[in-house]
Amino acid sequence: MIKVIFFAALREQLGCGGTEVSAKCASTVAEVKDALGEKDEDWKNYLANNSLLCAVNHQMVQGDFSVKAGDEVAFFPPVTGG
Amino acid sequence: MNKHAEISIQTQDFDHGVEVNLLENDNVEDGAVVTFSGRVRNNNLGLKVKGLFLEHYPDMTEKLLAEIIETAKQRWNIGRVKVIHRIGQLAIGEQIVFVGVTSKHRQDAFAANEFIMDFLKVKAPFWKKELTELGETWLEAKTSDKEKAQAWSK
Repeated sequence: MIKVIFFAALREQLGCGGTEVSAKCASTVAEVKDALGEKDEDWKNYLANNSLLCAVNHQMVQGDFSVKAGDEVAFFPPVTGG
Repeated sequence: MNKHAEISIQTQDFDHGVEVNLLENDNVEDGAVVTFSGRVRNNNLGLKVKGLFLEHYPDMTEKLLAEIIETAKQRWNIGRVKVIHRIGQLAIGEQIVFVGVTSKHRQDAFAANEFIMDFLKVKAPFWKKELTELGETWLEAKTSDKEKAQAWSK
């Protein structure tokens, strides 16, 4: 399985901090998003937000980045710390 | 000062004086100490702010801050560095963030401190939720912060 986690506004929109996606359903970050969107129309809409960022195993990546079982994929809005 | 002690993500407040002492103790090679601290303002975008909630991505935050500090060390001749960032619920006037840098001469510490702060703003996975008179809102990232960070690569 691929572990998927959400932060901040996205976490609240989805009403959940994380889930899992089967590695059989997704081989890239963009496909993880697609697989999550299939579960629910609201999820699909929230995840379609172009400003969302993605990290795989704590490293910032783009949508075509490959993922495999055991990876941690995080989706979140642009950061606002400091 | 070991690497681990350079970064602290914490819910509790910090003492500015204690942090300055830690940067200075047994450090007579460095003549310059530059510190920045950020606090919760009582206003934003014309609204009265009552407080902030800060969320972060544990593990990734520390990793990114370490990368930013490492880049600063390669670019400037600096001695000690300390970055503290608070998380959780914060009230008006409370401290949010601290960046302290020492160097032999002031230019390196000034520049490195600003660099670390500018990149913390746009790279480190922290998110602020603001509690205002109109309710709670997650803050949007500012284009000006992005431009400020980009200006370092010019």
